[in-house]
Amino acid sequence: MATAAITDPHAAGHGEHAHYTTTGLEHRKIAIWALIGSECMLFASLIATYLVYKGRSKVGPWPHDWGCKTSNVIGKTAEAVQAAGCAAADVMKPILDIPVTSQSTFVLLMSSLAMVLALEGVENAGKAGYDKWYKGSKFWLAMTAIMGATFLGYQSYEFTSFVHEGLTIRTNLFGSSFFTLTGFHGTHVAVGVLWLMTLLFIDLKRGLKGATDVLLVDICALYWHFVDVVWIAIFTLIYLIQ
Amino acid sequence: MSDHAANTVDRAHADHHEHPTWKQYKWVALWLTLITIVEVWVYYTPFRESSLFAPALLVMSAAKFTIVVLFYMHLKYDHMIFRRLFQVGLIMGAGTLTAFLFLFHKLKIG
Repeated sequence: MATAAITDPHAAGHGEHAHYTTTGLEHRKIAIWALIGSECMLFASLIATYLVYKGRSKVGPWPHDWGCKTSNVIGKTAEAVQAAGCAAADVMKPILDIPVTSQSTFVLLMSSLAMVLALEGVENAGKAGYDKWYKGSKFWLAMTAIMGATFLGYQSYEFTSFVHEGLTIRTNLFGSSFFTLTGFHGTHVAVGVLWLMTLLFIDLKRGLKGATDVLLVDICALYWHFVDVVWIAIFTLIYLIQ
Repeated sequence: MSDHAANTVDRAHADHHEHPTWKQYKWVALWLTLITIVEVWVYYTPFRESSLFAPALLVMSAAKFTIVVLFYMHLKYDHMIFRRLFQVGLIMGAGTLTAFLFLFHKLKIG
């Protein structure tokens, strides 16, 4: 079978031995794209489940509507629920906290910027202009990991406040599908943070440079950006659209 | 190396271009931030009650999704095989989602 040297331009100029593959492409990069493709199907199924169950919960709390603890009355405002016979003390507010989630969305978007700058830092390690701390891979890898951890902090806060307000994974269909979807996403973010911290540890220990290391960071970056694009879809479909 | 392999190498070179620069990455981040601000802003306006609210949000979300995939994930600049692998997963996922929504009457024709 014919083989070809990998043609990833990152490999050029680093003095490393090229691998030979039948496609001329790095197998690990093909593998991460195949994984991302399959993850698209996983998250599409979870989002589809959430949307199918949306509006079918028999008891509250509800994501966007005001409700009543003692009856199945729901409405667009607290006044509408009270007008339908619910006592003021029993009124439940919509459970989704858009301002808090908007902040966590912004943090995750900015972590993607930090990730591409980390990759840029590794690709250009040792070159003129990239010796400054704010252009180096260590700084940006650390920033990405910190922002990922911050996102997880926001999610922990959100989950905790939901539980305090009476919404658990067993409360209703909304709770089951919401915690499953966002829980899966949060787990992916947690895996990404661990991955980033591993790369940061390697960078601090011996430095990330050369084609092989660029590929390692590139693969992690692709995973991280995918986690970001999944959240872009979740934020719109689950949080903003009623 | 065989001719086939040489062709593969040439094709791959032809499909691969330089990545965006620092400046371009920052512009992309600015656009993503602006779109997110508009998304959240319209949520708090009377436009929220409009029938165009959901389509407008979906368009903005799709724009953000595309920008990240093309520029941050370098799919615009990378090899065709990577693009195809992503497209297959995305089309199958979107197809499954749409089929479920029709199956459970969340979407209707007519």
